Amino acid sequence: MSGLWLAVLLGSLGCYLLKVAGLSVPAAWVEHPVVARVVDFVPAALLAALVAVQAATSGSALVVDGRLAGLVVAAVALALRAPFVVVLLLAGLTGAGVHWLGSGG
Amino acid sequence: MTDPARAARRATIRDALGLGVAVGLYGAAFGAAAVAAGLDAWQACALSLLMFTGASQFALVGVLGAGGGVLAAVGSAVLLGTRNTIYGVRLVPLLQPRGGLRRLGTAHLVIDESTALALAAPDRANARLAFTVGGGSIFLGWNITTLIGALGADALTGASLAALDAVVPAAFLALLWPRLQRSWAEPAAQRRVALGGAVVALALTPFVPAGVQVITAVVAVALAGRWRR
Repeated sequence: MSGLWLAVLLGSLGCYLLKVAGLSVPAAWVEHPVVARVVDFVPAALLAALVAVQAATSGSALVVDGRLAGLVVAAVALALRAPFVVVLLLAGLTGAGVHWLGSGG
Repeated sequence: MTDPARAARRATIRDALGLGVAVGLYGAAFGAAAVAAGLDAWQACALSLLMFTGASQFALVGVLGAGGGVLAAVGSAVLLGTRNTIYGVRLVPLLQPRGGLRRLGTAHLVIDESTALALAAPDRANARLAFTVGGGSIFLGWNITTLIGALGADALTGASLAALDAVVPAAFLALLWPRLQRSWAEPAAQRRVALGGAVVALALTPFVPAGVQVITAVVAVALAGRWRR
């Protein structure tokens, strides 16, 4: 099996078991304040890390290109409460625009 | 059934279906992101069918796309999936899933949106209805649009590929955004954790194997989570 399929299937199994656990284990196990707090904060840390890695790295290098420009535009659009589709369209147009400028038009 | 009860039922179904359609848009972004990360359309669709929890799916393909290995990708997805365990605990008294099969089926639909719908419902009957209709319509919409997004992204080249590359981080930012707003509990701490996660990930990028910097960013939770209140 390829590594990609292994990741897809293992990840799916892990996430499903976590869902089943929630419906099966005694509430007291997961309602400990420390557990609840960690679970509440983990998404912010991981999603922000993914934003940074997706927007500003390539392999092991930090890079600045159209993705970062698109991210800035997306942040402005989100701050202005633009709908999700508009945010993605603006980011995509920005990325394409920078690519076009970079390749000499 | 009395008229107000029928009206509440209708409102519940309307909200649940509406959310299903809205979330479907994220599905198209996910399908495209998965293909941009190097997965094929089958793998993108398998994730939406089997994993069916958006943030984890985005994380898995994000780490793989950054060149990360299986462990870093699965680890990030599973860490993000821990939310659903907490949701399940909150849902048990509302849904009271009886029997093993019922529980296994219910579990698959436990995600951010179906939980929010069930918790917001006015009573237990409506909570069950909201969970089932909402979870079901999101599952349907999410899987259909994943396929559309994946097939669409497969056809891209040149400038439109650069556009897709810019869409992926923006989609992650859109997932993160609500957690940083004032309506979220402790937004200041969430912002510190988010900033910490981004800084840790960027700082580690030159030194660790690709993808590992993402999962390592959870140390930001310990550093910036403000443990004493």
